[in-house]
Amino acid sequence: MLKYIRRKLIHLIPITFAVTALSFFFVDMLPGDVADAIAGVGTDNSVIDEAAIEEIRKDLGLNRPVIVRYFSWLAGVFTGEFGKSYQTGQLVSEAIAIRLPVTLQLLIMAQFLAVLFAIPAGIITAYKAGKFTDKCITTITFAFLAAPSFIIAIILAFLFAVTLNWFPATGYIPFSEDPLGNLRSFTLPSLALALIEWPILSRVLRNDLIETLQQDYILMAKAKGLSNFYILMRHALRPSSFTLITVIGIQLGNLISGAVIVESIFALPGVGTLLVNSIHSREILMVQGIIVIMAIAYVIINLVVDILYGVLDPRVRE
Amino acid sequence: MTNITKFAQRLGNIPPLVNAIFTLWIPAVWISCLLAMVIFADLLPLYDPFESDFTALKVRGSPEFWLGTDVLGRDIFSRIIYGSRTSLTVGFFAPVCGMLIGLFLGIVSGYYRGRLESLVVGLIDIILAFPNIVLAMCILFFAGASIVNLIIVLSITSIPANTRIARASTLTYAKRDFVLAARAQGASHLRILWREILPNIILPQMAYILSFMSIIIMIEGSLAFLGVGVPPPTPTLGGMIAQGFPDINTDPHITFLPALFLFLTVLSLNLIGDQLRSRVAVRESAI
Repeated sequence: MLKYIRRKLIHLIPITFAVTALSFFFVDMLPGDVADAIAGVGTDNSVIDEAAIEEIRKDLGLNRPVIVRYFSWLAGVFTGEFGKSYQTGQLVSEAIAIRLPVTLQLLIMAQFLAVLFAIPAGIITAYKAGKFTDKCITTITFAFLAAPSFIIAIILAFLFAVTLNWFPATGYIPFSEDPLGNLRSFTLPSLALALIEWPILSRVLRNDLIETLQQDYILMAKAKGLSNFYILMRHALRPSSFTLITVIGIQLGNLISGAVIVESIFALPGVGTLLVNSIHSREILMVQGIIVIMAIAYVIINLVVDILYGVLDPRVRE
Repeated sequence: MTNITKFAQRLGNIPPLVNAIFTLWIPAVWISCLLAMVIFADLLPLYDPFESDFTALKVRGSPEFWLGTDVLGRDIFSRIIYGSRTSLTVGFFAPVCGMLIGLFLGIVSGYYRGRLESLVVGLIDIILAFPNIVLAMCILFFAGASIVNLIIVLSITSIPANTRIARASTLTYAKRDFVLAARAQGASHLRILWREILPNIILPQMAYILSFMSIIIMIEGSLAFLGVGVPPPTPTLGGMIAQGFPDINTDPHITFLPALFLFLTVLSLNLIGDQLRSRVAVRESAI
C-alpha cells in the first residue's frame, strides 16, 4: 500500500511542476501585462506613456527574464504569496482565502446532492435494466446531460426564486450569521450543479452494477434466499462503485467550471465570481493565483481518489 | 393488473422502429433543418439580426415576429439562427481539430508505448487539471475572443478524451495477428499505423465526435453567457440568454427561447451520437 502511494506521489511531482508552469506562462505570454493594465493601456486609445510603463515594470520586477520571474512566483505559490491586486492592494492569497469557503461549501453540497440522486437512480436502473422504470430514468438523465449548467441554473432561479419565491435568487448569508438562511441561499446553486452531475454518475453506476449483478456470487446470494434489497446494498454496490469514485474525481474539473457559472448567476461571492471579476479587470496576478490553486486542487483530489481506489480495490495496488 | 402497469409494460417494450424514430430520426431532422437554416440564413427572408425596432420592444410571439423581439427590439428568431451559426461553426471545427490531434497522440502512444506513452498520459493529466471553462475564459479574455481563438481553445479541451479513446482502441488492435503479419512481411511502423491500425480505429473515433460537438456547443454557450465568448453585437445563444436574464420575471421568452434551441440541439446531437456509438464504438470500460 505504501509503495502504491509513493508511486502516485512521484507521479504528482512533474504534474504539479507542469501545472504551475502552465498557469504562469499561459497568462504571462498573452498580450498585455500588469504594467500596461496599471498604466491604462487597452482601456482606451489615450496617449501611451512608454517611460511610465517602463517605470512600473521595473517596480514590479517585470523587466527580469521570464524564467527568473517564474521561479520567484513559484516560490511564492508554495509559501502562499501570490502578490497583490494592483487596483485595491489586497493580497491575492487573502482575497482567495475569504472566498474559498463559499466555493467549497457549494462544491461539497453539490457533490453530496449529486451522489444522493445518483446512487438510488443507478441502483434502480441497473436492477430494472431494460424495463419501463429504467427507460424513464435513462430518458431523464439524457435530458439533463443535454442541459448546460447555466440553463439549469436559470430554470431553477425562474421556478423557485422568481415564480414560487421559495428560495432567494441571489445573495449570500454567512453560516455563522444564520445557518438556515445560509443553507437556503446555497440550495439553488448547489442543486443546479448537482443536476448536471448526477446523470453522469448514475449512468456509470448503472453500467458497473449491471456487470456485477451477472456475477456468480450474486446468484449464490439469491440462491441463499437473501432479499433483493440486501443483495443490492451489501453484495453489489461496493464492488460496483470503483468507477463511480474515479469519475467523481475526474468530474471535479467540470464541477469547478460549473461553479464559476452558477456562482455568477446566483451572485455568490466565491472564487468563481472572483475569477470572472479579475479577468474583466485584468488582475493578472489574481487570475494566475486562482488558476494555479484550482489546478493543484484538482491534481491533489485526484491523487486522493486514486489512493482511495487502492484502499477499496486491492487489485490496483499490484 | 391495473391499466397503468399494462401501459407501462407496453411502453417498456417499445418496438425498435418507434424507438428509432424518437432517438434517431426526429433529432436528425432537427439538426438537418437547423443546419440548412444556418447555412442559408443570408438567403432566407429573415429580419436583420442587428436591426432594432424600437416600436416593438420585448414583443411576444406574433405573426410579425415569430418568436417575439428582445430587449432592443431585435427579432429573436433571426438572432437565434445567426447565433446558432456561431455555435455550430465552433461546435464543428473544434471537435474536428481536437479529434485529429487526439487521434495522432492516441495512436502513437498506444502503438509505441514506453516513454512516449507516459509523456502523452502526463500531458493529458496536465490539460485535465485546468477546468475547461476556466482555461477557455482566461485564454480568450487575454488573447481576444474571436471565433478562431474560440475554436483553438475548445479543441484543446477536447484533446484528452479523444486521446484516451484512440489509445484504448490502438492498444487492442496493436496486438492483433494481422498487425503481426504485416510486421512479418517487413512493413514499416508508419505503414502499419497508416494502413493497418488507423482504418480500424477511425470509425469508432468518429462515433464520439457528435458527443464532443454537443459538449463544445454547451461550453461555447456558457462562455458567451459569461460574456467571454464572441463579443456582441454578433448574436450568440449564450449572449442572448444572458441579455434576457435581468427581465426574466416579466419577459421570460427572451431568455427561454434561445435556451430551448440550445437544449434541443445538444439533446439531438447526444441522441444521434449515442445511437452511432452503440453501433460502432469500442467498449466504454476499455477507456
